[in-house]
Amino acid sequence: MNSVVCISHVPDTESRIKVSGDGRHIDEAGLKFIVSPYDEFALEEAIRLKEKNGGDVTVVTYGPERAAQALRECLARGATKALHIKGESADADALGIAKVLAAAIRSVPHDIVFFGKQGVGTDNGLVGPMTAELLGYPQVNVVTHLEVADGKLTASREIEGAEEVIEAPLPAVITAQKGLNEPRYASLKGIMAAKKIAIDTKSVADLGLDESNILNQRVVFVSLQLPPEKAGGRKIDASDPAAAAQEIIKFIREEAKAL
Amino acid sequence: MAGVLVFCEVKDGKIKKASREALSIGRKLAESAGGDLVAIANDKSVAEEAGRYGAKKLFAAGVTQYSTEAWTSAIKQACDEVKPVVLLFGGTSNGRDLAPRVAARLDAGVASDVDQLSWNDGKLRARRPVYSGKAFATVDVTGTPAIATTRPNAFPAEEAGGAAAEVADVNASMDSKAKLLETKAPEAGELTIAEADIIVSGGRGLKEAQNFSLIKDLAHAIGGAVGASRATVDAGWIDHQHQVGQTGRVVSPNLYIAAGISGAIQHLAGMSSSKHIIAINKDPEAPIFRVADLGVVGDLFTVLPALTEEVKKAKAHH
Ligand SMILES: Cc1cc2nc3c(=O)[nH]c(=O)nc-3n(C[C@H](O)[C@H](O)[C@H](O)COP(=O)(O)OP(=O)(O)OC[C@H]3O[C@@H](n4cnc5c(N)ncnc54)[C@H](O)[C@@H]3O)c2cc1C
Ligand SMILES: Nc1ncnc2c1ncn2[C@@H]1O[C@H](COP(=O)(O)O)[C@@H](O)[C@H]1O
Repeated sequence: MNSVVCISHVPDTESRIKVSGDGRHIDEAGLKFIVSPYDEFALEEAIRLKEKNGGDVTVVTYGPERAAQALRECLARGATKALHIKGESADADALGIAKVLAAAIRSVPHDIVFFGKQGVGTDNGLVGPMTAELLGYPQVNVVTHLEVADGKLTASREIEGAEEVIEAPLPAVITAQKGLNEPRYASLKGIMAAKKIAIDTKSVADLGLDESNILNQRVVFVSLQLPPEKAGGRKIDASDPAAAAQEIIKFIREEAKAL
Repeated sequence: MAGVLVFCEVKDGKIKKASREALSIGRKLAESAGGDLVAIANDKSVAEEAGRYGAKKLFAAGVTQYSTEAWTSAIKQACDEVKPVVLLFGGTSNGRDLAPRVAARLDAGVASDVDQLSWNDGKLRARRPVYSGKAFATVDVTGTPAIATTRPNAFPAEEAGGAAAEVADVNASMDSKAKLLETKAPEAGELTIAEADIIVSGGRGLKEAQNFSLIKDLAHAIGGAVGASRATVDAGWIDHQHQVGQTGRVVSPNLYIAAGISGAIQHLAGMSSSKHIIAINKDPEAPIFRVADLGVVGDLFTVLPALTEEVKKAKAHH
C-alpha cells in the first residue's frame, strides 16, 4: 500500500500578516512557516496505513527552496520518501498547482493520494479535488474517518451538520479534516532517521510542464489588503446582570436588528 | 447563449439559502456581463422558485443523490450548451466539493469563498478573505467560464419576481466510481454554524462540558447556532463541527455572541468578519474585546441566564 501526501508550507497560524512591496503577496520576511495543519492529519493517516500494510509514504510539495523544510518535518514524523518540485508556487493558481502535483504523483507509485481539506492561508480548498479530476480518480472530500481494505476505501465525509459514508475503489483521493486522527510529533529517532533520506528535487520542466503555463493563468492576483483595524466598540460593566442583559437586548434589537 | 450558470441545491423542495444567495449575485453579474441567468438543480420542481430569483432557464440534472462525479458530468454538459461566462456555486459542502472538480474538467479558474463579486472589463473580479480573514485578496478570474464559490451570508438573497424558469433536461452520465453508502442524519433541530445568521459561541470560560447548556439555551431562544472555541472542542466538551476559527469554520453571521472566549488570533480569524459582535468575558483586557462592537465585562454564569430570559421575553411580545 503506497500513499502520496501533498504538503503545503504555510505561515504559522500565529503570524501577523503584512503585505509585500508589490501589494499582491504577503511579506515573508520574519515569518515562521509550518506544515499546513490539515496536511498533518493527511500525513498521519498515511503513516498509519503504512504501519498496518507496509509500503511507502511519499510526501510531495511544490514550492520555493524553503518548502524543503516541510518535507524534512514530514520525514521525521514517518514519511519514507520526499519529492520537492521547486518553483514559485506563490504566483500559481490552484489549477496550476494541481497540474504540477498530478504530474508529480504520476511519477511515483501510489494507491491513495492525500491532501489537506484546505491550505491554511490560501484557504482555497481547491487543489485536492482538482488533482483528483486531472488524475481521473474518485475523491472523498473533508474526511473524518477512513478505512482501506481489499482495493477500496470507505470514508466518512463531513457535510452540513451530518456525515456521509462513501465507498470508492483505489486509487482515490482523500482530503483530510480535523478529527481524522491525532497527528504524532516527530521523535528524536525519527529526526535522526530522516536525515539519512535524500529529498528528490525536480523542476516543473523535469515533469514535462512549462511553468509559464502554470503561473497566474486563470486566476490573477490583483491586490492583497489588510482589513480595517477594528477600534473596539463600547464596553459595559455587567456587575448587575439584569441591567446588562437589557443593554445587550437593546444592541441586538437596534443595531444587529436580530430580534 | 452565454450568461451566468448557478448550481442550485435543493432541500425539502426548496432551493437552499446558499444557492439563493448565489442566484441573487448571479443575476446582477448577468445584467453586467450580458446573457441570461440559468440554474441547474437536481429536478424541475424548483423551476418556479428559480424564476423568482431571475433564472430564465433551469436544467434538471436528474442526479437524485449527491455524487461528485455525476454532478460534474451534468454541469459540464450544461456548460457545453449555455457557454456561460460565469459559473457560481453557493459555498456549501457540496458546492465546495464540486467547484474545483468541475473547474479542472473545464480547465477553468476558481475563486473560492468570495465575499464580493463584480464584472469588470470582461473579467470576473472577486474579493476573498485569506489567512482566515487576516487579509483580503482581490483576484481576477480570467478564462471562460470564470468560477466562484460564494461565502454564505455575504450576498443577500433577493427575489426579482420573474416567471417560472423554462425547464430543460440534462442527459449526463450517472456513472460514479465513488458510491454513497449512507447519510448519518444531523441532530434534530440543530442549526449549523456555516449558514446561520446568529451564532452563540462558548469557550473555556464555561469551565466544564455540562455548562454548554448555557450557550445552547441562549442559541435556542434566539434562533441561532452553537459555536465553540478550539479549547472546548479539544477538551471534548462539544463536537468539532461547532469549532469556529482558523482550523474550524470561518463564519460571518449577522450576529456573533462569544462567551468565555479569550479571542486568540486563530479564533478571531474565524469570526471577526461577523457583522455584529458581542463578547462576554470577565477579563476586561481579553483580546476578544478588540473586535467586539459591544463588550460585556462580567461573569457569563450570571449574564447568560439573564440574557436568555430577556430574549424569551422579547420573543414572547412578538
Ligand atoms: C495551529 C492552531 C490552530 C488553532 N485553531 C483554532 C481555531 O480554529 N479556533 C479556536 O478557537 N482556537 C484555535 N486555536 C487555539 C487558540 O490558540 C486558543 O488556544 C483557543 O482559541 C482558546 O480557547 P478559549 O478562548 O475558549 O480559552 P481561553 O484562552 O482559556 O479563554 C477563556 C476565557 O474565558 C474567560 N472566562 C473565564 N471564566 C469566565 C467567566 N466566569 N465569565 C466570563 N468569562 C470567563 C477568561 O477571561 C478567558 O478570556 C488554534 C491554535 C493553533 C496552535
Ligand atoms: N504547493 C503545494 N504543494 C503541495 N501540496 C499542495 C500545495 N498547495 C496545496 N497543496 C495541497 O492541497 C491542499 C488544499 O490546498 P488549497 O486548495 O490551497 O486550499 C493542501 O492542504 C495540500 O494538501
